[in-house]
Amino acid sequence: MEIFQQLVNGLSLGSIYALIALGYTMVYGIVKLINFAHGDVFMIGSFVGFYSITILELSLIPALLISMAACALLGVIIEKIAYKPLRNATRIAALITAIGVSLLIEYGFIYIRGAQSEAYPDNVVPSTNLDIFGVTINSKALLIFSIAIILMIILQVIVHKTMIGKAMRAVSHDADAARLMGINVDNTISATFAIGSALAGAAGVVFGIYYLKIEPLMGIMPGLKAFVAAVLGGIGIIPGAMVGGLLLGVIESLVSAFGASSWRDGVAFIVLILILIFRPQGLFGKNKKEKV
Amino acid sequence: MTTFKRAKGFWLSILLSLILFGVIQGLISSGVLNAFYQNTLILIGINIILAASLHLIIGITGQFSIGHAGFLAVGAYVSAIVTMKFELPFIVAIIIAGIIAALAGLLIGIPSLRLKGDYLAIATLGFGEVVRIFFLNTEYVGGASGMIVSHMTTWPLVFVAVLITLVVIRNFTNSTHGRACISIREDETAADSMGINTTYYKVVAFGIGAFFAGIAGALYSHNFYIILPSSFGFLKSFDILIFVVLGGLGSLSGSVLAAILLTVVTTYLADYPDTRMIIYSVVLIAMMIYRPQGLMGTKEFTSIFKRKGGAKHDDKQTIA
Repeated sequence: MEIFQQLVNGLSLGSIYALIALGYTMVYGIVKLINFAHGDVFMIGSFVGFYSITILELSLIPALLISMAACALLGVIIEKIAYKPLRNATRIAALITAIGVSLLIEYGFIYIRGAQSEAYPDNVVPSTNLDIFGVTINSKALLIFSIAIILMIILQVIVHKTMIGKAMRAVSHDADAARLMGINVDNTISATFAIGSALAGAAGVVFGIYYLKIEPLMGIMPGLKAFVAAVLGGIGIIPGAMVGGLLLGVIESLVSAFGASSWRDGVAFIVLILILIFRPQGLFGKNKKEKV
Repeated sequence: MTTFKRAKGFWLSILLSLILFGVIQGLISSGVLNAFYQNTLILIGINIILAASLHLIIGITGQFSIGHAGFLAVGAYVSAIVTMKFELPFIVAIIIAGIIAALAGLLIGIPSLRLKGDYLAIATLGFGEVVRIFFLNTEYVGGASGMIVSHMTTWPLVFVAVLITLVVIRNFTNSTHGRACISIREDETAADSMGINTTYYKVVAFGIGAFFAGIAGALYSHNFYIILPSSFGFLKSFDILIFVVLGGLGSLSGSVLAAILLTVVTTYLADYPDTRMIIYSVVLIAMMIYRPQGLMGTKEFTSIFKRKGGAKHDDKQTIA
């Protein structure tokens, strides 16, 4: 039964990774940029949620929505200021800028409010242990998992059933052709950043509720691991990010379960290197031939 | 004739650097430069070695690596084990550190045969993190609480190491092998079709770059009394990366200049680490938007003094 317990823990951790990974994958799919600042959007989302709950005394759902809205705005601002001037620059220039933006958010935030950590109040959602077929499941874990699943379903609906989703798919397929068809590419890219960042914001609030402790540099590790999850599933592929995130969460929990918890952080990167060597296109990706 | 000219320039720069060394040595023995300045000089030297070694991988061969702190960590820990556990002389430790780091470089060079651009960057980042977590979990080297190392790094030793690094990397760049590496940077597919063994040169570049990073690691660990796994994180890789990017991707003298400049800035902002990171990141973003080729572009410092007849450089950013 221990193994099922760990599986449940892994799935709730994995759903946080999956939510962050979705933003990475959507942005990469559309502008071919690894948005390193995404982990920091997650951090900001967590803090916005924290302040909404403690200062504005809101309950979970309004706090979640406020945090998502704030992160969507932040994502669009980052895109407009830092990435848009680099639309035609080299990939390396864009990557370096992304690292710069990430550090600016982290240390700018520390500069403004200090580096001390905060703790989410423990009573935002009731925490009871449910006993299902002999497996004890914490209600918080269940809540996180269901929030993640609901958001993913909403995302799938947006991407496949709406006009903006259609535009996003068109731009990610071929930006030039999409522009010729009358799609406003710049707005579509902004929308992608907004949606991806909103998901990261939601992940931030959920993270705070589950793990309680939040601090300004908390975004680095989950951000990097979510990126690993995105690569694992095949970067640019939305279902890939979901599966990759959940899979990575489960792998990490199993490694902890087998008594190597100090290697938890290392495992994600070993998975990354292995996947890059043996299947660089990811689990769901198709192999593309290089054309000269 | 040109060979002779080039050799003359080479000996001239060696002579100039020896004069510089003499002047600084004189200032140290006369007491003008106190221990604080000497330590800054050592840090500048170590950072120059790191910048030059990463310059070879990113600037010359065009392989975007953001896990350079991993090689630094390998060098630092290996040299510390050699001096502290086996009690061998420091020079032996430096050389062994370089060799082991070079082996690590070959190890990470092998996946680079299959990966390009973003994917390679992420793989090297992962490598750097794995190295850090490996040392964090190894009780033999003290784990998270770190390892005690005696202070052995001296300024003349650092100077010699810097000189050797710069001479080797400069001569490598100007050799047939260096040209092959540059051709990989410009267009890998074209280089491949011209008969250049791109795999071989990429691995060689990683190996040499890692070798010097390992030497820098040995000097780095023996400059402090303790080494901690946490000092070799992602931020350290980023510190090295910014030297190369700011100086100009493809310019050795640019990287060296940036390493000197930023080390001095860091030393003076040591009390305000957050402010330093904010300045770094803003400079980096502004640089990429307004001058993506860096301070020097792909030009070298010496080419400023060259007359019209000299080799022409175009300012185009060519690193893909």
